[in-house]
Amino acid sequence: MNELQTLYQDVILDHNKSPRNFRVMTDATNVVDGYNPLCGDHYKIYLKVEDDVVKEVAFQGSGCAISKASASLMSVIMKGKTKAEAEELFNKFHLLVTGELNPEANSEELGRLVAFAGVSEFPARVKCAILAWHTVHSALQGRTESISTE
Amino acid sequence: MTMAISPTISPEIERHRTFDVDRIRNDFPILDRSVNGHPLVYLDNAATSQKPTTVINALTDYYQEYNSNIHRGVHHLSQKATDAYEDSRSKIGQFINAEKSQEIIFVRGTTEAINLVAQSFGRKNFAMGDEVLITALEHHSNIVPWQMICEEKGAKLVVVPMTDEGDLDLDAYRRLLSQKTKIVAITHVSNALGTINPIKEMIAMAHSKGIPVLVDGAQAVPHMVVDVRDLECDFYAFSGHKMYGPTGIGVLYGRKRLLESMPPYQGGGDMIKSVSFEKTIYNDIPHKFEAGTPNISGGIALGVAVEYLCSLDRASIGEYESSLLDYATAQLSSIHGVAIIGKSKNKASVLSFVLESVHPHDIGTILDMEGIAIRTGHHCAQPIMARLGISATARASFAMYNTFQEVDALVRGMYKVIEVFKQ
Repeated sequence: MNELQTLYQDVILDHNKSPRNFRVMTDATNVVDGYNPLCGDHYKIYLKVEDDVVKEVAFQGSGCAISKASASLMSVIMKGKTKAEAEELFNKFHLLVTGELNPEANSEELGRLVAFAGVSEFPARVKCAILAWHTVHSALQGRTESISTE
Repeated sequence: MTMAISPTISPEIERHRTFDVDRIRNDFPILDRSVNGHPLVYLDNAATSQKPTTVINALTDYYQEYNSNIHRGVHHLSQKATDAYEDSRSKIGQFINAEKSQEIIFVRGTTEAINLVAQSFGRKNFAMGDEVLITALEHHSNIVPWQMICEEKGAKLVVVPMTDEGDLDLDAYRRLLSQKTKIVAITHVSNALGTINPIKEMIAMAHSKGIPVLVDGAQAVPHMVVDVRDLECDFYAFSGHKMYGPTGIGVLYGRKRLLESMPPYQGGGDMIKSVSFEKTIYNDIPHKFEAGTPNISGGIALGVAVEYLCSLDRASIGEYESSLLDYATAQLSSIHGVAIIGKSKNKASVLSFVLESVHPHDIGTILDMEGIAIRTGHHCAQPIMARLGISATARASFAMYNTFQEVDALVRGMYKVIEVFKQ
């Protein structure tokens, strides 16, 4: 069970069971859909961006524990970040789940996101972890079309 | 940890425990390997089956002993390869009881077989306002090729609905067969739910209105004896790799009369009698539909897979697989929170299920850590998932080499899944 515990960290299991900001946002400035056609994971992500600052993130949809927990944690962590900071975090998270970033050396910036380091050991699950992040990344770039991980 | 393996095993199941599965397992070398520190439990046979030693050897033997192109060389190796390839065609013809071996067209797989019929038969016979009748149980490969040709011709794709259990609505089917219907395309066994469709009856119903029928047999051929003349189907498509043969080779069976009336699917070498810049005379069937150098080793090895299957007592294999499915259904159903998806009374070798509050992908990953290979997702059958209001299932699919102990391992694996997500 060691490797599994690495993937299914308590933080991930908690956010899967009780996702934060799991709601419709009626006054969102950006709304983008994210799909993973391979597994059918599907989330709608709502952003409220004011003066280049991400004021709020919310999401709806369904998918596996990894994708849901990732969306949930992201919605918490993105709050209050400037667009530039959010982009930087997206890049860091991408490197983390693909095993290209040392989690220990970057633990301060990553905070609770470190829980997703184990995903890099499960290549089939990287897309699950990154789905919501890709969707926000696109939304911040002003795109409105659906995002697909394929 | 405690396990709830049901102690009630029927005498029927007990009898099949004595089925000589070990002898069959010995023929499949990959079954000895381990995955993630556990003995491999391979339950993804509906995706692709494992291969027996004879099939693996047939592939190497061709490349090591007589690799050469077919149908064109005068030299020894080419003759040997041509003979082996054409022998294989005959064996496959006998295997499904085709009247003539010319009715066996080698293709890449079921998908290509259906595309061939859609593009050749469909292009010739469909017109604006015509209908193609498929069913709610189809794999994407028996949906999309028809959508493509329908769009081109202005024809309409009509779908026979299914019940919540996963059975086709035959009354609706009868009503939907009309003068406009130019072809019926139905799966023999559903890859997502395991339902065995009453295709003989459905074919007779279509024929009573003069409508030809294509059967997608990808999930049926590995598990039951298929007799195309008894079924009276017009086309029957199947893949080699799901019936213990190699990937990249499959078969389209078609009635001679129909195949002869159809234009070629692709142009090139081997499918012609003579070529000039003014006019090309096409070859006879089956070659008319086999442009270019084919998958020679695959074709030969598929014949070996057929020989292998014919060397076994297929009736007892069918019974064994069926008792394995019944056992797995009973065991998984006994786990709290598990729901079986697809409850037809006639099912073959496929067990789709969901677990409350746990996504199928998480089930798949956790089982994989136990060495258990299953499929998770929509199984290339998104309309079925949409019809049942789910996004995905976990699917265990069985082959003749699977054991009751492997079902027990699956059940233990499911308790691991529950443990991980219990908080």
